Amino acid sequence: MIDGLLQIAQASFPTVDQDYLLEARQMQALSLGVHIPLVCFGISFPAMVVFMEVLHLRTGNPVYKALAKRWSKVMLILFAIGVVTGTILSFELGLLWPQFMEQWGEVFGFAFAVEGLAFFVEAIFITIYVYGWDRLSPRVHLLTGIAVACAGILGSASVIAVNGWMNNPQGFELDANREVTDVDPLSALFNPNLWHEEVHMYLAGFIVASALVAGVYAVAWLRGRRDHYHRAGLIVPLAVLSLAAPAQLFVGDWAARTVTEEQPTKLAAIEGLDETTKGADITLGGIYFDGAVHGGITIPHGLSLLADHKWNATVRGLDAVPAGDRPPVGWVRNAFQLMVGIGTLLALLSLWFLWFRWRHGALPGSRWFYRAVVVAGPASLVALISGWIVTEVGRQPWIVYELMRTEQAVTGAEGIPLGYAALVVVYIGLAGVAIYMLRRLARQGPEPVDRQGPGDIEVLP
Amino acid sequence: MLADLAAAVLILALTAYAVLGGADFGAGFWDLTAGGAERGARLRGLVKQSMGPVWEANHVWLIVVLVIMWTCFPHAFGPLMETLYVPLFLAAVGIIFRGAAFALRGEAATISEARLLGATFALSSLLVPFFLGCAIGAVATGQVPAEGDPSDPFGSWTNAPSIFIGLMAVATGAYLAAVFLAGDATRIGLPDLAAAFRRRALGAAVVGGVFALGGLVVVESDAPDLYDGLTSGLGLAMVIVSAVVGLATVGLIWTSRFEVARYTSAIAVGAILVGWAVAQRPDFLPGELSFQDAAAGDSTLIATLIVLAVALAVIVAALWWLFKLTLEGRLAGRFEPIVGSKPETR
Repeated sequence: MIDGLLQIAQASFPTVDQDYLLEARQMQALSLGVHIPLVCFGISFPAMVVFMEVLHLRTGNPVYKALAKRWSKVMLILFAIGVVTGTILSFELGLLWPQFMEQWGEVFGFAFAVEGLAFFVEAIFITIYVYGWDRLSPRVHLLTGIAVACAGILGSASVIAVNGWMNNPQGFELDANREVTDVDPLSALFNPNLWHEEVHMYLAGFIVASALVAGVYAVAWLRGRRDHYHRAGLIVPLAVLSLAAPAQLFVGDWAARTVTEEQPTKLAAIEGLDETTKGADITLGGIYFDGAVHGGITIPHGLSLLADHKWNATVRGLDAVPAGDRPPVGWVRNAFQLMVGIGTLLALLSLWFLWFRWRHGALPGSRWFYRAVVVAGPASLVALISGWIVTEVGRQPWIVYELMRTEQAVTGAEGIPLGYAALVVVYIGLAGVAIYMLRRLARQGPEPVDRQGPGDIEVLP
Repeated sequence: MLADLAAAVLILALTAYAVLGGADFGAGFWDLTAGGAERGARLRGLVKQSMGPVWEANHVWLIVVLVIMWTCFPHAFGPLMETLYVPLFLAAVGIIFRGAAFALRGEAATISEARLLGATFALSSLLVPFFLGCAIGAVATGQVPAEGDPSDPFGSWTNAPSIFIGLMAVATGAYLAAVFLAGDATRIGLPDLAAAFRRRALGAAVVGGVFALGGLVVVESDAPDLYDGLTSGLGLAMVIVSAVVGLATVGLIWTSRFEVARYTSAIAVGAILVGWAVAQRPDFLPGELSFQDAAAGDSTLIATLIVLAVALAVIVAALWWLFKLTLEGRLAGRFEPIVGSKPETR
């Protein structure tokens, strides 16, 4: 970031008179927290469903088709809910952060335009795909599924680009009146934070969706349903999980090193590093409160090694910036530890699965394996949310990193607590609806394995 | 020039949402007024069957509108959201209720479940167009200052023209829905439902016409600038187009030619929106902010317009296919009255 720019901006955006800034942030966090798990399914589920359909087309085995059909129904329900939670987010960006949108909309908005349009394509093809089973030729049907997968990936990629931009703003100049000039939308889109955030979130999407889906069939397995249908329903998502979870460890390392370079203060918060240190130690585990890490295992020079891959690298501490420019360390560090901890356990679970596939060509026999798979789904959700807490709370007090503070972006409107309360009630209702509906689908038992002709399939709304 | 082009695309997207999304909301209105569980069962069944495959795609137009607004006209989007936060938040909450209730609708297993969900679905179908209409009314009547003003949460959108435009949004949605549903019923061979929606379409056309004329009177007294725009030049031309095509549509409905009426009713509604945009040109926020001043820089406009052109080509082709499949009955499930308990379909 150019220093001149920085000073112009910091000196001049007025702070908005808003007593409920924290509530506004919580409201936004709540909406993102509700939406993000659905995004995971948007990213990865179409690919898994299409994979299942390809298995069917190649083998002719109707079990695969029954599974693909069932998954596609779930996909449509989650997509429908994602449509409304995503709409809420679009509204909230303007309702809660009008100054942010007004000041910077023309810089990052282009990425949202790509997203909105990709989302449109996804909405059209997902409907054709799910309502089109047995009514379109297999080839055309498969192609619509591939279109869904591609559109889903393009759309979420652009939104992540906006987040990358908020963490690493570029592609514009500011004039003396703080007006944005010389916008380069492509440079804003392809910011340096884009790539690692993208890949990290992609793998997260595959991990969360595959772990949750595998969990459903692991429950069935524990209850003794071990026919071909349930077996395939378990093995495919486990295979996805066991590829994505170990890879995520390496991507995470890449992400951490980029953060070290681009946002050293965030890294200091992640590690709870107060002072700039040469050859900084790292503490694994432990909980941060009262301004210090309690418990955990300390590895000498660990942080320098991880952040810079050098024994005596200097790591910038929180003291490098004024106290008012530091993120809340407790949230960032504890969330980071939780994410890394769960991620590591998921990688171990993957190795367990891979070992048995490789050595015995079979699923592990121990009931504990299946219990672990059941837990892996919710745990991966916790890791996902924790990761976003690290990114977003770690960016505070900035909404646009080192250029605009969150308190300069917030609306001056009254009634935030009221809106917040209303939204909590609405989301609880929405979660109830989603769970109720998916449980009803599950209770219907396995999808009937193909014996019906066209026109007979029950379609979901 | 670029700002005008972006504004044209914005109005186009808004029109698509008003027609397609509006018809979805209107279908919810007919659901609400379909009568008791038994009497309304067949009507509700048709609503569900017609909307099932298309409502998500129709809804996404709203997201396109929002995205174009904040990317191409950020200096209008900020004050707009800041000033009109009450109706926009209420519309957003309505959208959640509606999406969730509709998704769950066909799965209701008992009468009371079906009633609860149906009521949620139908009620939110009224609220969303009403509040969005009020917000449009507030913009059209110059209630949104260029720097935004959150201090008066209700005053800006509760003047007579805004409330009127809100009610008109509900009425036009109901009208469009009745025409579309009458067409759908004819296509799948349900003459009793076609007749039922023909009556509703005619009734809604009368109500819509009365609202339109009454609206002009209210606008004349409370928003003279808008009135001048609508009664001169291009604005007047669009109002005349809407009136003529609207009347022709009534004739088409009267003679049960619903397939053509589908398109003419959409044109009549679209012409009103275009007329409004033309009437307040060159201002985005009347008397406060022009399209030019609200617009983003050229590079952003160019990039966004290019992406929009490419994407809309894909989207229009895909939508055409989706609607074709739907209208040919190649996607939807079989027609089933919604009675509450789900008949066995094995």
